Amino acid sequence: MQIHLNGSPKTITDSTTVAMLLHELGVPSTSVVVELNKTIIQPDCYATTSFQDNDQMELIRFVGGG
Amino acid sequence: MLTIGGHTFNSRLFLGTGKFSSSTVMKQAIEASGTEMVTVALRRVDLENPQDDIMSALDRDKCVFLPNTSGARNAEEAIRLAHLARAASGSSWLKLEVTPDPRTLLPDPVETLKATEELVRAGFIVLPYMNADPILALRLQDVGAAAVMPLGSPIGTNQGILTAFQIEIIINQARVPVVVDAGIGAPSHAALAMEMGADAVLVNTAISVAGDPVAMARAFAQAVEAGRTAFVAGMGSRSKQAQASSPLTGTLATDLGFLA
Repeated sequence: MQIHLNGSPKTITDSTTVAMLLHELGVPSTSVVVELNKTIIQPDCYATTSFQDNDQMELIRFVGGG
Repeated sequence: MLTIGGHTFNSRLFLGTGKFSSSTVMKQAIEASGTEMVTVALRRVDLENPQDDIMSALDRDKCVFLPNTSGARNAEEAIRLAHLARAASGSSWLKLEVTPDPRTLLPDPVETLKATEELVRAGFIVLPYMNADPILALRLQDVGAAAVMPLGSPIGTNQGILTAFQIEIIINQARVPVVVDAGIGAPSHAALAMEMGADAVLVNTAISVAGDPVAMARAFAQAVEAGRTAFVAGMGSRSKQAQASSPLTGTLATDLGFLA
């Protein structure tokens, strides 16, 4: 299936969870926030949250800023 | 001592973390500044550099972490960013920024007021970035802003305090701390804001892009302290006429009358 990750299309297998995707991307789960279709996913739900076709996922983190 | 949102600050210099050449320089500048409040922004993870993480370079035991909502163009986007910030930081501190025009980055007063009201209700400690509008400052404190952050001049311009007249009114009226934010380009600008009675200043660009950011951070710390001390000491009033600082009696001209 296809989802949109940070605005770009991304193809994943049907059984992929948020935890699996973060692992595949090499993103440490402790330093990011996951938003799925504008709802924040709590870290303890990463392993049990899977995707629907066309889901909009945002991976956000802190950067330097004023 | 300065207290915002129930937290007491010894340093009245707040630091932005943008535009530093490396996290090592940023860390050293934070240290040299003595700051106890640093701002950060939220952005999409760069999937090419997934390990890149500013949090590991910041000591949250020493500094309050103040996430901003930069990039938000209206209240709705700012509120969405605020909730992401709270999820990422685990705290409710928030510098609210709503800047619809990327050319000026001037804050939208209507959307800022709307977002402040809603975020205060949702339990955030809101420090809104605002134009130096005294009436807006009152409205923001009325809806529960923990401090107000009027701009000296537009973000990143290093133009200094172009809004001194209005900031003075804001300071005189405010029941919440006034943090002068944006446009402060030199230690003298920071000192001026503090001499006027601002409770703190927030500086980023002037330090992060300086030739030596660590030395500049130190210079700002000294300026903020000097300005604050001067304000507390009580500054003399201004006059259009000369006021002699030496005694006017007993001068040579009086004693030796023929000189008169």
